[in-house]
Amino acid sequence: MEIFAHLMDGFLLAFEPLNLGLVIAGVILGMFIGAMPGLGSVNGVAILLPMTYLVPPTSAVIFLGAIYYGAMYGGAISSIMLGIPGASTAVATTFDGRPMALKGEADRALVAAATASFVGGSISVVLFTLFAPPLAHVALAFSAPEEFALMLLAFATFVGLGGDDIPKTFFSIFIGLVFSAVGLDIISGEPRLIFMDLPGFFHGINFLVLAIGIYGIGEMLWTIETTKGNMKISQANITVRRIWEALVSLKSGIKTMVMGSFLGYFVGILPAAGATPGALMAYGVAKGMSKDPDSFGKGNVNGVLAPESANNAASTGSMLPMLTLGIPGSPTTAILLGGMVIWGLDPGPMLFVEHKEFVWGLIASLYAANFFAVLINLAFIPAFLWVLRMPFTILAPVIFVLCIIGGYAPTQDMHDVWLMLIFGIVGYLMRKLDYPMAPAVLAIVLGPLAETSMRQSLLMSSGSFDIFFFRPISGVIMVIAIILLILPMLHSFNRMMRHRASRWPL
Amino acid sequence: MRRAELIMAAVMAAFSLYLMWKSAELPIGWIPGEGPGGGAFPFWLAVGMLVCCVLIIVRWFRRADEPARSEDPYMDRHTMVLFAIVAGSLTVTIGLIEVVGVYIAIPLFLAFYMRVMGRHRWIITGSIAAFTPVTLFFFFEIALKITLPKGVTEPLFYPLYSMFL
Repeated sequence: MEIFAHLMDGFLLAFEPLNLGLVIAGVILGMFIGAMPGLGSVNGVAILLPMTYLVPPTSAVIFLGAIYYGAMYGGAISSIMLGIPGASTAVATTFDGRPMALKGEADRALVAAATASFVGGSISVVLFTLFAPPLAHVALAFSAPEEFALMLLAFATFVGLGGDDIPKTFFSIFIGLVFSAVGLDIISGEPRLIFMDLPGFFHGINFLVLAIGIYGIGEMLWTIETTKGNMKISQANITVRRIWEALVSLKSGIKTMVMGSFLGYFVGILPAAGATPGALMAYGVAKGMSKDPDSFGKGNVNGVLAPESANNAASTGSMLPMLTLGIPGSPTTAILLGGMVIWGLDPGPMLFVEHKEFVWGLIASLYAANFFAVLINLAFIPAFLWVLRMPFTILAPVIFVLCIIGGYAPTQDMHDVWLMLIFGIVGYLMRKLDYPMAPAVLAIVLGPLAETSMRQSLLMSSGSFDIFFFRPISGVIMVIAIILLILPMLHSFNRMMRHRASRWPL
Repeated sequence: MRRAELIMAAVMAAFSLYLMWKSAELPIGWIPGEGPGGGAFPFWLAVGMLVCCVLIIVRWFRRADEPARSEDPYMDRHTMVLFAIVAGSLTVTIGLIEVVGVYIAIPLFLAFYMRVMGRHRWIITGSIAAFTPVTLFFFFEIALKITLPKGVTEPLFYPLYSMFL
């Protein structure tokens, strides 16, 4: 019942006119961002974070949370109508959403996506409300070794579940961590890694410089390359009656949506994994559960319901470790977490003690965001289709301008703008070679925390690494992390051996 | 694609070596009573980067991964031109910001991009190029109190400052 009382307090905060306005604005903006090909929640949050200095921190986090949510709804729109995922989180939605649109069922697919998003959002928000306080309570007992173990787990999840090339994922993690070490050494205070003695490196590399570089400049370069051909928008015939009929026909998909929600939520909780693997896994499970798996990929509505319920559930799930443990559950929450640190809302279990009203306000605003998102989404589908017709050559330069200004605003140093441009261009060139970029962004956010907790732990144990393994909680987390790190390596080793065997048969 | 993969790995390996050398400016060993030295954390991470690059290069010689096998061009001609225009115009814009400030460089960039890349009509180009800096001014300078760089155009803004701030 205590939870219920807290939640009511949270609603009071979330329904303050400013916050409610920001929830609605955030949801709408998020949907537009999600609907634009190439831009997803992580890009929106990275580019817009510097703009939120205008409002108090609590409202800023609520606004960014609403963008996150809205983008999950919006991502489906371009997946279905253009066949280009609006965001990586909506990749799985193209598998069946696009064929449905090509069959002339675009409206059914859009309604299915919105409904599934709503179901995923609702189930996960309730789970979040129930899980967060006990987890935060347990986490209060954590100290440096547990924190370090959790961060290792976050990186291990990338390696184990990211699905990207293993050495390149490791490389991305390492380079992000090294960049986070630039500036002053946290313990001795000595200057460290001041490249070419440029004074701009003394204040370190702000995580936003890397995040905007990669998710702003780099992503736009990527999108310019991939969409240079003509985009073909499907026609959608949308009337109230057709929407209603589509809603009624979704009854058969309830099981899929519930499965997607739970799966998405728990994948979302895993540090660093986020909504993209959640959605892909849900798609796979839905296909496995189906009596007619062959119809998947040819326009089966369950192929839209599963990933869409999962990606929304995962976006909520990924906020759980961010708020309770101070470990982001996805690239987007990594940027949110960095923002919270700037605003003095140190994420972690103490947040539930020291900033109770903020935590519950944010949770309540997720309920509100979910409610408004489904209404706005269904009511304004035509408006979002109009966005897709907007020429990219207008959108792109405006986003570039936002990136430049966004790179400048946090530190007000042109040095950071140059650095952002370099990160954007190099990041794009690396991405073309399948180097994953999200681990680097996660690493630069977690780097300072990881280094502090590791050095503190080693001080506690006077240099012995045993401390990470012989404490019950950190020991268990370390073992899970190590398994996640080793599994894909074994897998690729295995493949290499087989590859060699096939090349030189005995 | 194949050549690009090798070049990238080699460049990044060289960068890792530079990072290792740079980290070693601080103690990288164990300092009794203090724990690991300030350079240890980045030093060992840079070693990790180097190991990854070496693995990628080894794999390249065995043609064991996708980019190392791919014979597709890394960038076709059209992409190369697009990339050069976009990256070049961004570099010029940021350079211009240092000299003539945001309020001249950004409209120029917007106008260039929309006219040259998008071939939009002057009316659309002009209105977006004019509207964006005005919005930026009111949002950042007035509402957020973040002064954007103005270079040599700074004196032109004194009357605006006295009017709004």
